[in-house]
Amino acid sequence: MSGGTSFAEMLVAALIVLGGSFALVGSWGLVRLPSLMERLHGPTKASTLGLGAILVASIAWFHLVRGTWTTHELLVSVFLFMTAPISANMIAKVHLHRLRQGEPSEPAGPAGAPAPPPGGADWATHEAPHEGTPGDFEGD
Amino acid sequence: MSRLFPHPGLTALLVAMWIVMVGEVSFGALFLGLVVGIIVPIFTAPWWPGRPKLRFLPALAYLGVVLWDIVVANFQVAAIILFRRNRDLRPAWLTIPLELTSPEAITVFAGTISLTPGTVSADVSACGKYLLVHALHAPDPASEIAKVKARYEARLKEIFA
Repeated sequence: MSGGTSFAEMLVAALIVLGGSFALVGSWGLVRLPSLMERLHGPTKASTLGLGAILVASIAWFHLVRGTWTTHELLVSVFLFMTAPISANMIAKVHLHRLRQGEPSEPAGPAGAPAPPPGGADWATHEAPHEGTPGDFEGD
Repeated sequence: MSRLFPHPGLTALLVAMWIVMVGEVSFGALFLGLVVGIIVPIFTAPWWPGRPKLRFLPALAYLGVVLWDIVVANFQVAAIILFRRNRDLRPAWLTIPLELTSPEAITVFAGTISLTPGTVSADVSACGKYLLVHALHAPDPASEIAKVKARYEARLKEIFA
């Protein structure tokens, strides 16, 4: 590899640039979207593919340049897919709670406050799970 | 046998994860993986009463669909962030009526919604029959609800049958 660039290096570089671009767009979404609930969409998605591309680049580099297989990237993506929805859900629930409390630091976004579900029950953030539902554990 | 392996699927998953973490298939990795794979299910048994039966092939097809949708979702959300002005954005709350009943199925459904095109699941109703979802851009909420139900919930009903 004297002076020239190998195909493997170009592939890895392209993947890293793609991943970096998506991470950047996700962060830009945090800056420019109108309110908390819209901003939540940036990190749960635009950065998923960003990280994915960087992980694929890592696998490709170890395989094509170093000649070994790594599997840790697989674990990173598994944990990311398990934790991203949970943290987004927790942030959304805190937002719902503070919105209902009428905290001045927590204005409703363009979508307004969510309507309660049909049929008399409320959302689980505001009301304990009903008897017989999955969330109704014994001893609660 | 069922005392030692109360949850064979979880044991297999933990062994596979352990080997992936160690990064090589060797006797030592397999042995330690088996130790973890046997101990963890026994001690976590109180937290999964009545585990559901899964159908493997539909679950694999579902994984493929979701992975593809995540890639598409990334481009769609990136386009919205880059090119759509805030005053043209139509965020909306969607109330999705649930046909799924098992907590595991609803959890997977909610997680899928959070990972795919422009939607984040926010809450479930106290009666367990509705899911509250925030959509980044949904000019027509009814068609958005129908799309999510047809694409993911119908498949999940097959998996958790």
